[in-house]
Amino acid sequence: MEKRIVITGVGAVTPLGVGARTLHERWCAGDSGIADGFARCDDFSPEDHLPRKLARRSDRFTQLALAAGAEALEQAGWETDAPPYDADRVGCIVGTGIGGIGTLLEGHDVLNESGAEKVSPLAIPLMMSNAAAAALAMRHNLRGVSYAPTSACAAGAHSIGAAARAIAAGDCDAVVTGGAESAHVSIAHAAFGQMDALSDSGISRPFDARRDGFVMGEGAGILVLEEFDRATERGATILAELLGYGATSDAHHLTAPEAHGEGAARAIALALRDAGLAPEDVDYVNAHGTSTPLNDAAETKAIKTALGEHAANVPISSVKSVIGHLLGAAGAVEAVATVLALAERVAPPTVGWEERDEELDLDYVPDGPRDLTSGNGRMVAISNSFGFGGHNAVLCIGVSS
Amino acid sequence: MPETVTREAIQARVNEALEEFGAEPSDITPDATFEALDVDSLDLVELGQIVQEEYGVELKGEDMPKLKTVGDAVDLIAERAGV
Repeated sequence: MEKRIVITGVGAVTPLGVGARTLHERWCAGDSGIADGFARCDDFSPEDHLPRKLARRSDRFTQLALAAGAEALEQAGWETDAPPYDADRVGCIVGTGIGGIGTLLEGHDVLNESGAEKVSPLAIPLMMSNAAAAALAMRHNLRGVSYAPTSACAAGAHSIGAAARAIAAGDCDAVVTGGAESAHVSIAHAAFGQMDALSDSGISRPFDARRDGFVMGEGAGILVLEEFDRATERGATILAELLGYGATSDAHHLTAPEAHGEGAARAIALALRDAGLAPEDVDYVNAHGTSTPLNDAAETKAIKTALGEHAANVPISSVKSVIGHLLGAAGAVEAVATVLALAERVAPPTVGWEERDEELDLDYVPDGPRDLTSGNGRMVAISNSFGFGGHNAVLCIGVSS
Repeated sequence: MPETVTREAIQARVNEALEEFGAEPSDITPDATFEALDVDSLDLVELGQIVQEEYGVELKGEDMPKLKTVGDAVDLIAERAGV
């Protein structure tokens, strides 16, 4: 990174509840937000978090992003409608995999049943994939660069990487960033199911020999990134530092990862190079770990390629074991979870991991949360995200002791 | 169209719609401007769909700029509904 970029606020809404700390604590406790093969944010009611007009003008994925954003900004000590910098230099980059598909389908039903004249004029602005980015920018008066990366399950991590680059390039002093997803509609369940991507057993058990697909989740994660000098000047509390970012493409297959994880390994290596760190500096890996046979095998190979012999010494865990796969929100929620894991110096477990796959022989933290130790005092983690289309995005995050 | 449409009924239906759009009920008066109620062109399109459904009255895009207050909208709907 050409500039130091720090994280001053985090927020999350997940199937484990509302709040980043709720996610961390319940994950460490081994609680699961998965029921009947799906993971939903049942604790989230938009009216508890949003004015009526804003809730009405937002698809659920945007509502989740707004709630997570409010939490992140509050933690960063920002006013709701006035960032602590020139608003023109504050960006808002919030990705999604699918966008407002629920709104789209409702509009389609109305069209078929009642005709074009009855279709809501709100259908497009709610459905569009940039709706969450737009809603956060409007609500919080963020007037710099704003858009929505859409790279399937890498969108959250790509958003955070793009946000960091916007600060590093000098375009912004701060960026509100992350990802959001809410796609629990029957067409998505059916289509992911027909791809054999969803778990038939309804159990998310990343890296376990019995893993049989992912469990679909929903939620949002939002982070406040600030340029280090500016954050220090305003007296901000620094939670973590975004040390590096690496992104690559497999250029291989529409859905399957390249089996050796070569593209993923390059993304990890790029993130470490961007951070100026060596493989031995990595204290924890927050894995993409989807619980699909292909991902978890390719990711294990990628970690081995990128970290070499050190791979065997690093605790690796996947929050998807308790919240399922949040698709375009996954990378952002996992970045939030990584910040808290480093801050608390604990590697949360891959809950439910029991049976070793002989090919998957790394340390997946199966037996409950593990204290993290670091040789040099600064805790460093990488957070992996890989999306359909072969998109790989890796964040390197550090917390000083 | 129901035969018993009254101006009061139209006013009540418009108020209900504005409340649903997110306006504060206590702020909704005949003199209140849509701008003050934070009711915008997208809301007015929805209001148009509602009055079309309820009263068979069409509010066109060209009508919208002329509607500044709640009372303006109720007047126009009532006029077109023959009340």
